[in-house]
Formats: sequence, structure tokens, C-alpha cells
Amino acid sequence: MSDIAERVKKIVVEHLGVDAEKVTDSANFIDDLGADSLDTVELVMAFEEEFSVEIPDDAAETIVTVGDAIKFLEKNVAA
Amino acid sequence: MFELKGRKALVTGATGGIGGAIARALHARGAEVALSGTRREALEKLAGELGERVHVVPANLADTAEVEALVPAAEQALGGLDILVNNAGITRDNLFMRMKDEEWDAVIAVNLTSAFRLSRAAVKGMMRRRFGRIVGIGSIVGATGNPGQGNYAAAKAGLVGMTKALAAEVASRSITVNCVAPGFIETPMTDALNDKQRESILGNVPAGRLGTGEEVAAAVVYLASDEAAYVTGQTLHVNGGMAMF
Repeated sequence: MSDIAERVKKIVVEHLGVDAEKVTDSANFIDDLGADSLDTVELVMAFEEEFSVEIPDDAAETIVTVGDAIKFLEKNVAA
Repeated sequence: MFELKGRKALVTGATGGIGGAIARALHARGAEVALSGTRREALEKLAGELGERVHVVPANLADTAEVEALVPAAEQALGGLDILVNNAGITRDNLFMRMKDEEWDAVIAVNLTSAFRLSRAAVKGMMRRRFGRIVGIGSIVGATGNPGQGNYAAAKAGLVGMTKALAAEVASRSITVNCVAPGFIETPMTDALNDKQRESILGNVPAGRLGTGEEVAAAVVYLASDEAAYVTGQTLHVNGGMAMF
């Protein structure tokens, strides 16, 4: 697992209070992890903070699974 | 009760009669206060009177760029933002049939749209910190209407609806959003009334007098306090009984 993936999953576990095993790449924040729409906004804010990156609203809307977040960050965070 | 020590507050329209009283009251309860308004000199004067724990962050809320820059400026000056008081407002009264588009647009922009933009900017940090108080200063006119104030009444009623929607969204994050709706208050605006106008207004006020800025400010202090944590989406009317809901 990449460093980014590990950090993303840690944030999701902490923020949503879910078991780490549930936080797979295909896990949907709302359908699988019990997040509400406000949680997804907060997760995006937490990713922005953790990775010092700005996630525009139109990109944020496409991030619906854990894997989506990892993919976006791997592409947009300077290594 | 109603201690605000350590809280960081931004008050717009702080040079006005009511805004100044709100800034003083929050400050007196221990809050660190950022004063906003269009007149820098008047803001500096108020800041000088208050002494410590005060910052001046001028902004013209008719200017979108200045609205967008205000919350970041206040957060930087204060080191965070716990309490936002959307108090700034203007009037451009005219009979409905004579009302110009510009008069309508100006009042909606300053009284409603700026409150939306400032609240949107402020709530982000409040969500992060899991605490926030947003208080909009509405008006009795938003609930009752008033001839010659179609634009003003629309903006103030709009503020109430916006307050309820936002309150519902962020309640789970310990952020409350409320309105205070003053009736007739002693301010430079009401000083301009002649005796006859005054008398006719007072005929409709069971308390038999105009209210004071301090009485409006006390309602804001309450809603900003920890004790009001379970009060959200409400409008607190401060009007001497002029209208009861």
C-alpha cells in the first residue's frame, strides 16, 4: 500500500469511526461507510489539510470511494 | 453565565448604532473582537475605546472581493473565528412601484448575499473546530413587512430562511445559527424621525418606548454563549412587544 493510501485510510477510519478492514479501495463513503453528505465535505477538508493540496468542488464531487480519494491524491500531491 | 472569554468574534457593521453595541457587549463578556465596517476611522475610534483584544478589519460588503477577503482576514487577525455576527445592513427605501432595480440589488447584496458568503466562509473553520455561533441581525420588518421597504423586508426574511437551512446542516457539529430581529431601536436611523412619526410608532409598541442597542446586543451575547448551545435556527425578537410570534 502506498504511503498516500495509508494516510487516506487512517483519516477515514478516524473521521468516520469505522473499522480499518471496512476501508477498502472500493468502499463508498456514504453507502458502505455510513458517512452523510456533511462527512464527505469534512473528509475532503481533512485530505486538503493532510496533503496540503486544494481539492476543487468539481473534483470533490467525483470522490465517492476511498479509491477515488487515493487516486486523486496520488495524481495531485507532489511526491 | 454567558462568558465569552477566549472566544473570537467578527462583527460586521460595527460602526452602526446596533453593531457598535454588539461589539462592545461581546468584548465586555471577554471575547476577542474583529470590527468590520466601511469607515476605517470610526472603527479605529471604537477599537481605541475598547483597548485590548480588538482588531480592525474594514470591508465594503457591496464589493464581492472584499466580502470574500473578510473572513480570512478576521481569522488571521484573531487566530480563528468562533462567532460571526452578520449585522451590516443598508436601506434604500422606495415605494414598490417606484423601486429601481439598483435599489433592490444593493439591499439584497449587502444585507443577504454578503451574509451568505461570510457564513459560507466562516462555517468551514467552525466545522473543523467543532464549535461555532452565527448570528444574523434581521428585523421585525422581515416578519411583518413595511411599506416602502420591499427590498429590505425581502432581505431580512431571506436571512431567516437561510439561517434555518444552515442551522439544520451544521447542528451536528455543535454550530448554531440564529437571528436576532430588532424592532424600533434608538439609533442615528431612528433619531431622524420627527415627533409625529415617533409618536405613531410608539403607539404600536406595548413597552411604550424605543429599544436600545444594548438590549439587542444582550440577545446576541446570549445566542453566542455556551449556554445557548441547544438553541438553533431561531429568530429572537427584541421589539418591546410590537409584534408577537
